Amino acid sequence: MPEELLRFSKRITMNDAILFLEDGTHFLGQSLSHVGETAGEVVFNTSITGYQEILTDPSYAGQIVTMTYPLIGNYGVNEEDIESDKIHVKGFVVKEFCRVHSNYRATQSLIDYLNTNKILAIEGIDTRALTRHLRLKGAMKAIISTEDFDLASLSNKIKDVPAMDGSDWVGQVTTKDPYVWKAEKAKYKIAAIDCGIKFNILRILNKLGCDVHVFPASASMDEINAIKPDGLFVSNGPGDPSAVAYVIELLKKFIGKLPIFGICLGHQMLGLALGGKTYKLKFGHHGANHPVKDGLTGRIGISSQNHGFCVDVESFGDGEVEIVHTNLNDQTVEGIRHKKYPLYSVQHHPEAAPGPHDEQYLFARFIEMMEEQGA
Amino acid sequence: MPKRTDIKKILIVGAGPIVIGQACEFDYSGTQACKALREEGFEIVLANSNPATIMTDPEFSEHTYIEPLTPEFITAIIEKERPDAILPTLGGQTALNIAMKLYESGTLAKYNVKMLGADYEVIKKAEDRGCFKKAVLKVGLDVPRSAFAHNLEEARKAAQEIGFPLIIRPSYTLGGTGGGFAKNMEELEKVAPLGIESSMINEILIEESIVGWKEYELEVMRDCKDNVVIVCSIENLDPMGVHTGDSITVAPAQTLTDREYQMMRDASLDIIREIGVETGGSNIQYAINPENGRMIVIEMNPRVSRSSALASKATGFPIAKFAAKLAVGYSLDEIQNDITKETPASFEPTIDYCVVKVPRFTFEKFPEAKDILGVQMKSVGETMAIGRTFKEALQKGLRGLEIGHIGLDNKLNYKDISDEKVQKRLEEPNASRIFYIKYAMQKGWSSEKISQVTGIDIWFIAHMAQLLDFENELVSMQKKNGQISDKLLRKAKEYGFSDPQLAEILDITDLQVRQLRKEKGITATFKLVDTCAAEFEADTPYFYSTYETEDEASLQIQKISSGKKKIMILGGGPNRIGQGIEFDYCCCHASFALKDMGYETIMVNSNPETVSTDYDISDRLYFEPLTFEDVMNVIDVEKPDGVIVQFGGQTPLNLAQRLNEAGVPIVGTSVANIDLAEDREKFSALIHQLEISQPPNGSANSVEETIEIAGRIGYPILARPSYVLGGRAMKIVYDQGALLEFIKEAQEVSPGKPVLIDKFLEDATEIDVDAVSDGTQTFVAGIMEHIENAGIHSGDSACVLPPPSIPENIIKEIKETTCRLAAALNVVGLLNIQYAIKGRKVYVLEVNPRASRTSPFVSKATGISLAKIAAKIMVGAKLADFNLSYEHLSQLQYFAVKESVLPFSKFSGVDIVLGPEMKSTGEVMGIAPTYGEAFAKSQIGAYQSLPKEGKIFVSVKDEDKREAVHLAKRLIDMGFSVVSTGGTAKVFRSNGIAVVEIDSSNQGKDTFSNLMTLIKNAGIALVINTPSGESSQYDMRSIRAAAILHNVPCITTLQGAWAAVGGMEACKSKAFTVKSLQEYYKLRDCEKIAS
Repeated sequence: MPEELLRFSKRITMNDAILFLEDGTHFLGQSLSHVGETAGEVVFNTSITGYQEILTDPSYAGQIVTMTYPLIGNYGVNEEDIESDKIHVKGFVVKEFCRVHSNYRATQSLIDYLNTNKILAIEGIDTRALTRHLRLKGAMKAIISTEDFDLASLSNKIKDVPAMDGSDWVGQVTTKDPYVWKAEKAKYKIAAIDCGIKFNILRILNKLGCDVHVFPASASMDEINAIKPDGLFVSNGPGDPSAVAYVIELLKKFIGKLPIFGICLGHQMLGLALGGKTYKLKFGHHGANHPVKDGLTGRIGISSQNHGFCVDVESFGDGEVEIVHTNLNDQTVEGIRHKKYPLYSVQHHPEAAPGPHDEQYLFARFIEMMEEQGA
Repeated sequence: MPKRTDIKKILIVGAGPIVIGQACEFDYSGTQACKALREEGFEIVLANSNPATIMTDPEFSEHTYIEPLTPEFITAIIEKERPDAILPTLGGQTALNIAMKLYESGTLAKYNVKMLGADYEVIKKAEDRGCFKKAVLKVGLDVPRSAFAHNLEEARKAAQEIGFPLIIRPSYTLGGTGGGFAKNMEELEKVAPLGIESSMINEILIEESIVGWKEYELEVMRDCKDNVVIVCSIENLDPMGVHTGDSITVAPAQTLTDREYQMMRDASLDIIREIGVETGGSNIQYAINPENGRMIVIEMNPRVSRSSALASKATGFPIAKFAAKLAVGYSLDEIQNDITKETPASFEPTIDYCVVKVPRFTFEKFPEAKDILGVQMKSVGETMAIGRTFKEALQKGLRGLEIGHIGLDNKLNYKDISDEKVQKRLEEPNASRIFYIKYAMQKGWSSEKISQVTGIDIWFIAHMAQLLDFENELVSMQKKNGQISDKLLRKAKEYGFSDPQLAEILDITDLQVRQLRKEKGITATFKLVDTCAAEFEADTPYFYSTYETEDEASLQIQKISSGKKKIMILGGGPNRIGQGIEFDYCCCHASFALKDMGYETIMVNSNPETVSTDYDISDRLYFEPLTFEDVMNVIDVEKPDGVIVQFGGQTPLNLAQRLNEAGVPIVGTSVANIDLAEDREKFSALIHQLEISQPPNGSANSVEETIEIAGRIGYPILARPSYVLGGRAMKIVYDQGALLEFIKEAQEVSPGKPVLIDKFLEDATEIDVDAVSDGTQTFVAGIMEHIENAGIHSGDSACVLPPPSIPENIIKEIKETTCRLAAALNVVGLLNIQYAIKGRKVYVLEVNPRASRTSPFVSKATGISLAKIAAKIMVGAKLADFNLSYEHLSQLQYFAVKESVLPFSKFSGVDIVLGPEMKSTGEVMGIAPTYGEAFAKSQIGAYQSLPKEGKIFVSVKDEDKREAVHLAKRLIDMGFSVVSTGGTAKVFRSNGIAVVEIDSSNQGKDTFSNLMTLIKNAGIALVINTPSGESSQYDMRSIRAAAILHNVPCITTLQGAWAAVGGMEACKSKAFTVKSLQEYYKLRDCEKIAS
């Protein structure tokens, strides 16, 4: 056989693996060379591109992600398209991993990337069947294993896997120490509460002339005030917002004091701090194609989404909170602002990465709020 | 914003005849638009010259005009109908160009007709290269770097700034002469001076070459509120340099990171806004430098296109339908996503499969043309395949092409191909390059080398290498163990290997493979195309097969369980010459008719351009290759009560026998009787028994037998392979040498099947008959007289209905014979018979118990929907149920002429003479109160307007010379002057006709160039040239080629010439009138009542 063909037939060591779901449904596939067992809540993402951003998005902490697009790894991985300093997903489920990638920026194959980072990944799965199952039955806990194929045993194990709701995942992903991303020409100083912040938020704020001081989620009001910020940003992150009481309390103290902008989990926590309620969606929104309508302009943007929880529209009683953005697929809340105070937050991801850039203009609204406050 | 209330009546302009580059995708978009706008209560005026389209069905609009698509005719329609608006963005470049001309001439303003979708300025900005470039630069995007140079010094300087490789284009030259390509300074120094010299203003454009870059396309939609969505991204397998219509393309884009994809998306949004397309779909093409990611904007179409049809089928997002709704004022969020029924259309589809489109070429029809691909499109059709992986979709696509490949197979043995040949086939883009990539791999070429030589991204090559690698594994396991493991067998199916491919490897039959895998539980599963990757519930009845764990088709069938009887319709697959839109028309009509009768209909087809593959047409759509295996997979899950094979052309007919053997309930004419009509010997026996005349003939199974029969019958003979459509490889053979050549080709086209030989009836008149029968009664719906002699393929010949020159008694004989043949073959459904009349004697040439290419033409001309009636009869209705009468057909107060449209201008070096092998791609219809007027309209519709004055070149064969005298006299009486060559000129002169003579002796090369110059300088307005015999045909080739190149009509028979005379008389005497089909039918119905 010609040498070149040998290269392709030199298979990556594959191991039989099982994806076992909480309700007993299971799928058989193969793992890459990394073996073992992992558990988490399994969710699906419908983005066609952007697997590297998804893998490194801290909002996925505690979750096993399945990609609905069947061919993953086509363009390899590179040094730039990362959203945090490591892979956060607990496991990765795909139909087929690409063996020979192609892109001028690629520095490594996705398979190598997952293996070196010891992420358990399974391929050969009917991901469409899995997705349909999750849509019908809701997001649920799952185990990927290359060691244990005994259904009864897996069923037992899965009981001990922590659920997403009710537990605080922010503590696991927030920075230990504060750090600063400095803009080239800084006009504003922003304090960002890191609940699992994506790098692209920092990149965009920098570009808009903001120095961003990133604080651990456990930071105190004094610590934040010490840098004399022009605005407060509260980031995206994993898990149940209601379980992160300390951030909600902190936010309550800042409402009305500083212009505040929140994204995703940050938005949900602001909703709670304003007296609203949140609830868990059946299977969440994870993708890059959801239409969101801006009530102020009537414009529709295609947004990047990644959330399992949602702010309850009905829960804001006193009329101080205005719903500004709505998801046109299911009419859920996509963005709110405060009628009196400079406070704005959105459920989706204006920073995209991955996804369309239609909603990036929302960062400018944050800048406007700071401007109006005479920063 | 709700629907506009200021407009009530909308004119939709179609795309006209099917030509290369503009095929039935515009019937799909136009039909969708008609449906969508009528749904909204608008009154639709439709104009299209193509009778084979579904959009020209009188049910789809209030006023259906089958008239030539020229500004003059559209103006006449506007004058008559007074529409409030024109929607020009759904009928391809044809409709767009006409709308532009009507705007420029002030017609639209005069009649206060608004342009919907895109206005004049927008179209101009998008279509004019200069304007477009300016717009692109304005929004900060990139175009190819370029500079002008007037001398070598400037050229050197420009080259240094731009960088090699470069394309050099002289400004203002004729036909692009003097241009070239320079890879380095040395080459530039050669090319540039030549270019400067050949430019009339001594100027060259030096442009950076982007040949070999990666090519992408984005489908964009915008509404009146400035909401923009991307429907689909497409990546071309073939890099820049091959027309995108000729490229294998893949959706979605595969090798872009999200960052790069979003950059392209942002660019598309910026461009559509800057150009200002108000509403509707557009596509924008990009090139990306694989070395550094530099992105260049190539072009934009401010209208729906072939790619948008593909994108619609690839995603389930109906672009044309939504474009129509947006054009009348709706915004994307006000339109519901048909598929989910709960989410709005203002979203971007996401897909969970891979789509591969493969172009279908017909170079075999034009042996003189090279199958090299370039910037001019040459493919005549395409097939689309959906799979869960690229590997699966590619293999499905290749077998769906129906060119004898069963996947990425081993049709040729790589050992028989030289390295030089492989190198050449890889270097130069061509129709079979994809297969040569495999041969190269088998020869040991590395993927990197193949990628380098072809410019095809390594991603694609690597997947193909994986397929070969896997195939080798199968082969070696089979060798070692005498069988392959279940696991590997399943994997093979997942990788898209067909049963016939596996049969070759396992050395068993494909049926045995099928049996084997079914025993092991390896069966196809069907997945839904739902625009949202299963995120939302969808009941779209649109499926593709794959090998996975869950089958959604059976879930949906269970869920619906309507209890209705199910009929499955097999479509025609990719368009090709001889099998195109006409058959799609019939398939759609079958579906409409059967739904109407309360049946559930199931469509199987693989052609993304068609109306039949719109998920709205049938109760369920399966987007599958039309092979025995793939069709059987659908049958396994659907278990239909009946399957229709006679509407999709030869493709499903070729499957009929095997389906029948597999126990599939085929409705309509039985397979045995189809075979009886196809099998020459059995058929001759039948003809003999019925005492019907047939040209002497025979059927031969060996070379010796062929020669023997030909000798017995006597030359010239008509020779053809059996079981082919469109007269594939059919030839008029004048001697034994030519016969041997024919036999060789016949073996390639239809291996193992007998060769058919008929005495060729020279100078006979050919008649085409379309009829429908219920087995006992037969209704002859259309009798068409060919304007060309017998011997020219009926698909290429112009024909007229009702027949103007056939005596009543012969018509009667034809009708009777048709009924007798239908009864003898027990035809249940459609029947097409070709007759030849020679010396008042009627001969049967061919009987086809199936839908014919003329079925839609006859239906449009007569107002009787043949396909619908036939479909109903196939499921048990009787002819008597339809209240059809013969009389009104003989009393039609108008004539309908069908003219074919030929692709010769796309294939340089090909002679345009017509023969028994079909070469046309499309057709138009001219309908008018007189024959002459109808003929003239058909010529104008086919874009070969007959002249009103000027010189006519006449050169005819000896047998025609006497009649040509009358013709020439008539032409001179009409005010034309006649130019001719030696023999013909002599005859003319001796009959007292003034003629300008041109020397055409063999040495007269200069004379030919004189003639070419004459034609070029538009001195000659019409060429009448009837070639004789095979050898002398070559003499006049250059004349005809020149005529085609310069768009001068060229007539090759005397019948055609006489029809043209009638047409020219009609042109000269008065202005044309336009009338809708509805008006014609009303007229006919009145006559009927009166009589």
